[in-house]
Amino acid sequence: MRYYTYFPGCSASEGGAKAYNWSAQEVSKALGVELVELDDWNCCGSTPSSSVDELGTFCMSARDLALAEKSGLDLVTPCSACYVIFNRTNSYLRQYPKLKAKVDEALAAGGLEYHGTVKVRHLLDVMANDIGYDAIESEVKQSLSGLKVAPYYGCQVVRPTPGFDHPESPQSMDKLITSLGGEPVAFPLKTRCCGGSLIISEEDVALGLIRKLLDSALSNGAECLVTVCPLCQTNLDAYQSRVEKKFKTSYKLPVLFFTQLIGLALGIDGKTLGLNTNVVSPAKVLEHIYNPVNYMTTH
Amino acid sequence: METKTRSDAFIDEICAIPGGEGIRLCIQCGTCTASCPNADKMEHTPSQLIAMARAGMREEVLSSNTMWYCLSCYLCTVRCPRGIKQTDLMHALECVAVREGLSHAGTRTPTMYRSFNHFACSLGSLPEFGFMAWFYMFSNPLRAWRMIPVALDLLRRGRLSIRARRLTPEGTNQLRAILDKAESLGGVS
Repeated sequence: MRYYTYFPGCSASEGGAKAYNWSAQEVSKALGVELVELDDWNCCGSTPSSSVDELGTFCMSARDLALAEKSGLDLVTPCSACYVIFNRTNSYLRQYPKLKAKVDEALAAGGLEYHGTVKVRHLLDVMANDIGYDAIESEVKQSLSGLKVAPYYGCQVVRPTPGFDHPESPQSMDKLITSLGGEPVAFPLKTRCCGGSLIISEEDVALGLIRKLLDSALSNGAECLVTVCPLCQTNLDAYQSRVEKKFKTSYKLPVLFFTQLIGLALGIDGKTLGLNTNVVSPAKVLEHIYNPVNYMTTH
Repeated sequence: METKTRSDAFIDEICAIPGGEGIRLCIQCGTCTASCPNADKMEHTPSQLIAMARAGMREEVLSSNTMWYCLSCYLCTVRCPRGIKQTDLMHALECVAVREGLSHAGTRTPTMYRSFNHFACSLGSLPEFGFMAWFYMFSNPLRAWRMIPVALDLLRRGRLSIRARRLTPEGTNQLRAILDKAESLGGVS
């Protein structure tokens, strides 16, 4: 059994991406990974906040890091946005002593201290590098044979700091899909931005970016697309109908969390993985892999 | 005696912000602009904004819409041959613009970020539905109306929680104490 401190983030815990949290937990359990949720965590600080109140953002994420430091375990998050913010805080506290002094003083007001030792990991990194492709392959109960998948990494899981994969041409999810028996299609826009939170304030701009991704995935023969971030999933899945309306196109491309895809291959049932919460239904695409009696009952 | 020019003063101000110091290293190669997915939406491209900052055009830079179209995708950052943290530089400029009340820039993004921050700080977590409803109602009620189909899709699939995740009372107080202290310490620089 491997142990990690787990940070689901707002979106996967109580927001629109609960299926990500459920499937992450289920898949981890099946692969011998114990995710111990960080007690009483707060919002990671987030990119929107860091654009209006930098010090406050560093302090919010430093509180989580200080709480996580007590266990001595790596901090794992399935959310690319949380991942980037925590890593940014860690590197800034190391690099800027004056900033660190201020953050330390603020933390002390809450009776906390942070020594900068928490290693922040993305769940994709843990799956690919700690568990490993071979171990995952050996657990496959239902091969995804023949399923053409567009591996969409998005931005913040691979950038800005050199991490576990290439910043522009990552391969870990491609290999993961192969180990599940699926076929990763060529996807040149795999690390291009989905529009992020600008979907809220500048919808037209974001819809244009989402359209490019969907076009690229479909033109390369993808039957579905997998993501590693709650925000990417929401933009590509829930706003797909808005893109279709705006550009008078039709995609109907299911967008799954990578943990949902792993879960299917491990033989976990669709309902447990929250497949009924996907806006564009994956039922038809998954027909030949998974055909349960009732997991799509809400459709 | 050395006299500070207008441009020196602004450059010094930016360099004092963590992540902003790289601005002196720019060679105007334009790699950031060529990499940016939103460069065509910006009044000034990322490299132009740097050139303007170095020319001391403080007000023009801070009231530009450029940084508010930054998606934080960090493509410019990983490609910059001079190692400038472009995305962080954008965040730094955004914070200064907000402090100086210059963040209108013809985009709703600053308002959206501020309301996001308000919810995240006061609750300790972000209630997606509440935050979005609040933002749409106050920035553009017509859009709230247009968003109903998306909201219904999410609601039907159990993805719209009205309830916000709450910290324990102790956790809430602790976070409040930390953030109050942070506020009393001024900004990052």
